[in-house]
Amino acid sequence: MGNDILVLVEHHAGAVHDSAAELLGKARELAAATGGEALAVLLHDGSAASLASGLPADRVLSVEHEAFAHFLPEAYVLAMAGLMADRDPRLTLVANTTVGMDLAGSLSARTSAPLAAYCIGLEVEGDVVVATNQVFGGKLHAEVEMPGGIASVVAGAFPPAEGAGGATVESVGAPDGLGNLRMRFLARVEPETSDVDITAQDILISVGRGIGGDENIELAEDLAGALGGVVSASRPVADAGWLPKTRQVGKSGRKVKPKLYIACGISGAPEHLEGMRDADLIIAINTDENAPIFDVAHFGTTEDLFDVVPALTEALEAAASAA
Amino acid sequence: MITEPGMFVLAAAEETREVFENVATWEKGLFYGLALISTLVFLGGFGRRVRKYRRGRPAYRFDHLPRRIVRAVSRIYAQATVSRGKRNGIVGVAHGAVMWGFTALLIGTTILAIDTEFVRLFWGEDASFFKGPFYLTYSVLLDILGLAFVAGVITLGVRRRSKPPTLDYTRAQEPEHGYDRGGMRRGDWLFVGLLLGLGLTGFLGEGLRIRANGFPDFEEWSPVGYTIAKGIEGVGLGAATASDLQHVNWWVHAVMALGFVALIPFTKAMHLVLDFANLAFTDPTSARRLPRPAPAPASGNGSPPTMPNPGILALEDLTWKELLSLDACTKCGRCHQVCPAKASGAPLSPRDLILDLRQWVDSSEGIPAVLDREARPEADGPRAPQGTPVAGGVIPSQTLWACTTCMACVEVCPVGIEHVPTIVGMRRQLVDGGDVEPMLQQTLQNFAQQGNSHGKSSRMRARWTKGLDFKIPDARKEPVEYLWFVGDFASFDERSQEASRRVATILHEAGISFGLLHDGERNAGNDVRRVGEEGLFELLVEQNLAAFESAEFRSIFTTDPHSLNTLRNEYPEFGDMRPVEHYTELLVRLLDEGALQVDRPTGARVTYHDPCYLARYNGVTDAPRKLLAASGAHLVEMPRNGANTFCCGAGGGRIWMDDSKLTERPSEQRIKEAMGLGELDYFVVACPKDLAMYSDAAKTVGAPFEVIEITTLLERALVRPEPVAVGAAPSDPAQAETS
Amino acid sequence: MHIVVPMKQTVDLVEELELNDDGTDVEREYLKFISNEWDEQALEEALLIKEASPGTTVTVVGLDEVDVDQTLFAALAKGADRAIKLGGDFEEGISSHQRASILAQVIEGLSADLILIGVQSPEDLDGQTGVLLAGTLDLPHVSVAIGVEPHEGGVKVSQEFGAGVVHEIAVDGPAVIGVQAARQAPRYVAISRIRQAMQAGGLEEQEAPEAAAAGSGLTIRRLFAPEAASQAEMLGGDADDVAARLAQIIADRGLVKA
Repeated sequence: MGNDILVLVEHHAGAVHDSAAELLGKARELAAATGGEALAVLLHDGSAASLASGLPADRVLSVEHEAFAHFLPEAYVLAMAGLMADRDPRLTLVANTTVGMDLAGSLSARTSAPLAAYCIGLEVEGDVVVATNQVFGGKLHAEVEMPGGIASVVAGAFPPAEGAGGATVESVGAPDGLGNLRMRFLARVEPETSDVDITAQDILISVGRGIGGDENIELAEDLAGALGGVVSASRPVADAGWLPKTRQVGKSGRKVKPKLYIACGISGAPEHLEGMRDADLIIAINTDENAPIFDVAHFGTTEDLFDVVPALTEALEAAASAA
Repeated sequence: MITEPGMFVLAAAEETREVFENVATWEKGLFYGLALISTLVFLGGFGRRVRKYRRGRPAYRFDHLPRRIVRAVSRIYAQATVSRGKRNGIVGVAHGAVMWGFTALLIGTTILAIDTEFVRLFWGEDASFFKGPFYLTYSVLLDILGLAFVAGVITLGVRRRSKPPTLDYTRAQEPEHGYDRGGMRRGDWLFVGLLLGLGLTGFLGEGLRIRANGFPDFEEWSPVGYTIAKGIEGVGLGAATASDLQHVNWWVHAVMALGFVALIPFTKAMHLVLDFANLAFTDPTSARRLPRPAPAPASGNGSPPTMPNPGILALEDLTWKELLSLDACTKCGRCHQVCPAKASGAPLSPRDLILDLRQWVDSSEGIPAVLDREARPEADGPRAPQGTPVAGGVIPSQTLWACTTCMACVEVCPVGIEHVPTIVGMRRQLVDGGDVEPMLQQTLQNFAQQGNSHGKSSRMRARWTKGLDFKIPDARKEPVEYLWFVGDFASFDERSQEASRRVATILHEAGISFGLLHDGERNAGNDVRRVGEEGLFELLVEQNLAAFESAEFRSIFTTDPHSLNTLRNEYPEFGDMRPVEHYTELLVRLLDEGALQVDRPTGARVTYHDPCYLARYNGVTDAPRKLLAASGAHLVEMPRNGANTFCCGAGGGRIWMDDSKLTERPSEQRIKEAMGLGELDYFVVACPKDLAMYSDAAKTVGAPFEVIEITTLLERALVRPEPVAVGAAPSDPAQAETS
Repeated sequence: MHIVVPMKQTVDLVEELELNDDGTDVEREYLKFISNEWDEQALEEALLIKEASPGTTVTVVGLDEVDVDQTLFAALAKGADRAIKLGGDFEEGISSHQRASILAQVIEGLSADLILIGVQSPEDLDGQTGVLLAGTLDLPHVSVAIGVEPHEGGVKVSQEFGAGVVHEIAVDGPAVIGVQAARQAPRYVAISRIRQAMQAGGLEEQEAPEAAAAGSGLTIRRLFAPEAASQAEMLGGDADDVAARLAQIIADRGLVKA
């Protein structure tokens, strides 16, 4: 087993995903410990070749093929499995995104490399790599050791690398088999943009499963009205169609960083926390005192949201009219 | 054309009258021909209805048949169910007059027919008993009752003209493409008109006859007829003219009467016949103890049996009693008026539901209705084609989900219709088809997985006891006298948890031996069953019965009236049950026995809300009032109290459904009702769901009083135990004797 | 088309999780297990395909884990055609790698055209079963699917990315799709239907094949409850008190509407 740390660089529509800097930062730190290199893998169809020079890695492995025009799981697996066989890295890092979730397990099964999923901590201790991972919906953490292998890393687990670019770019030939894939890319569908952009808001009133039904969204709308903010949602609310998908905060929705984020009836699944934990002020209203949302919130209450939200709306309106 | 006046023939006869006076033989023949047709139409009409009932599922309603008949007859002749309720006294009297008058006239006509066509036919003219004192008694009785009949019909007609809200046929929910119930109104007026016409032409005929006969003295025994005859004479009508007119009037009366008979099975008049049957077969416990779904048929000759629908999908899924009940409805509108769903703007009116079903069933069966039906431009609702699913088709799902199962409609119905079991039957079909709104679906899944509506781990069930400075025994580990079935809300809802701790403390300090099932308790399933999730209900029953089995106790008390209802009335059908009572009943007994003593009257001015499942379902109205009295509270009753209470809107699973589309929640209306009582300190409740519902409603409405659970006051009034126990009850449960 | 849906029993996260004596796993003996919610999404998607495409059959496969019968019978009651229970000792829980190894051997014998599986479960420490299974069987795979529909002999998968972006991908013949969400919420099935299914039997039971010896390659040192990076300051009192405090906090930060 080698000492390099291989990092898959995720990129969409000509832009590198936030996770790349976080993963590469960690990779360089680990590479320093193992005495290897932080290798960034950039799979592209030529149009994104220029992204390579900006990556904070020791070396960028640039693989060009038209099959990489968009993320296509089978093509990526072929390329990554090939690189892992060729370079024999100590660790391969992918982000725990759709891309990473799609690749990590498949690569593990194909290469027999162990996999630590939902990883939030990575250290090298001599011969072993120690990974800390979220399990049971984030309620517990698991510390595991493995000789090396693959880790799919939760967003925000590591600080992004500082200082960028200047890595050696090494062109690598595309693997065989990309010509006869069993899948093909059909279309990229962008979300509707007619709705408000929640990432541009200073104040978000976010509702979760605890809101009960679409009819109760009104409570949050009223509070948003009193604060001059906008209503956003966690995944279950968007899935149920109570609010449009464009309002969804979290891993599969938008990542937001408002000045004020009021979470109403949101328990705080890791996927949701990922999308809002950087807000300046977080207030959580949830009757379950053990809800993980309270771990990231600055202020919290276990009073019923159906009582607190209208009362808060009233208090704010009263203050406004008194002023 | 007219035969010679009969007065000459009868001049010297005894007191009597000619039955077919002035009527030629061919006319008599024609009359009997028409009578035969009318009778055939009548019998044919009811025959079709009976055939329809026979298509329904079985319902065992033939037990105690004599008692049922006596009950129905006495209720009808006392007009007990019609007179019930405020402002219904006058209606009861008028309707009673009509009913008694009609019965008398019917019996009178029957007697006459027996005498004319039977006695005289076989034993000769002399055998007639329609003469002498019998005739005179007959005359005076029928005249008086006939007058009562006419007066009653006029009174009810005038009331109908004044458009009371109960007789407003406007639907609770306007169908998308509109509707027209003019036919129903015209049908009603046809009925009223025919009755009035029959009464008036009867008296007119009598008057004309007396005038034509030259006022025989004995006819003074027909005071109304005699007076009319005098009037006829007064306007200058001679005997011969009167005789001619009588002949014409006789035909008018006869055709009207025969027409009426023929119309009975196809108009509102059918209630004359069917409501007796419906009141005889009604089962007042059917909402308390819901019927189980149709059992799977025994598998015959190897082929797998076709499973019956779990609920009401097709016409055949209604029981014969339900089909009969549909026909029994008189559109009196009382259910429409008391229904909390209707009152809060939900798309349900029990009346509309029954009428829609009736119209759809009858048109599916090809039974015509004369005028009495709703017209719609679209073939939906009551006009939906044959074979349309009943639940979710003829009756929209949203209508069915709106019911709180408060049972007010069943209680108020004068003719014994049981709306609630029918609604639950239709809900069962919706649940079976997965037609369940998301919030309710989540709750049902919580029940299946955690055994409670709150989606909490069952191990958290007894967590409310943590704040107590004593430990409540686990009844599965040590024997106790009372098993406390706490229920979901009292276990998991924060407001009610406080009440649970208070009740626990009171009982503990009174030295009562009681225990819990801890994580062994499941939701009792009362409202799960009323949502229509019968399978889940059965699962919960099995789990609770197993938990009871594993515990040692003498009787059960519940916090929740809903749990009380199903444990007390429905569980015995599934397994052995010990007595079940409400905690207010237990506390009253402890007061009576002296285990609890009060010495500090609170003097608070309060009102008390009767929970539907306690007061209306189980008749427990005294115990809470005794507790209030013991607490030294001054009780001011709301207009709707006791068994006539008004639902908070939470029952029947409504608490797990969306209530935001209501115009005004029932709980808010109720709070306003209490606000109309003048100054109040507290709005007192004895049900954990009420505590939640009314605390919210009082806040929304901005009520000047606080909503509190009943033991809040009791606790303040209690003699608190001395630090050193004085004459405390035995701590060993085995020795603790009660009642 | 023959769709196979592997279903997993997973810890009910409503329960408080207690650790076993050596702290390497949760104390499974006292825990409640429920059907993995993402697997339920996969089943729903399979049933939607079945309803839209006559001739489609759906087979659910589950390991003999706590209360798996309930899950499999519920699937039958919802409309699955076959349910297979794989007997074996799974009380101690098994890794995703082992699960994938067992499922791979079983599915090879089922001639599946499509495998729909929940994209994840709360116990995927060593990866998600679906992709591991695909890797083991050398099948194409797409994860985080929010829609799967028949398309030119194969299927068209909608793969969801962050910020609401969706890729549509056409996949030929046997493939593993990790379902994030079905096109509609999983249907409700009445308990009496599940009970009827139970009475009718119809659960095919067979012994689970041996899992490949390699395992996950991970050694668990310990499980622990995370220490919150920043614990919220909890506000007490009733709703009005809390509202007043919050209004003050918001005002202090200058966040009230001008």
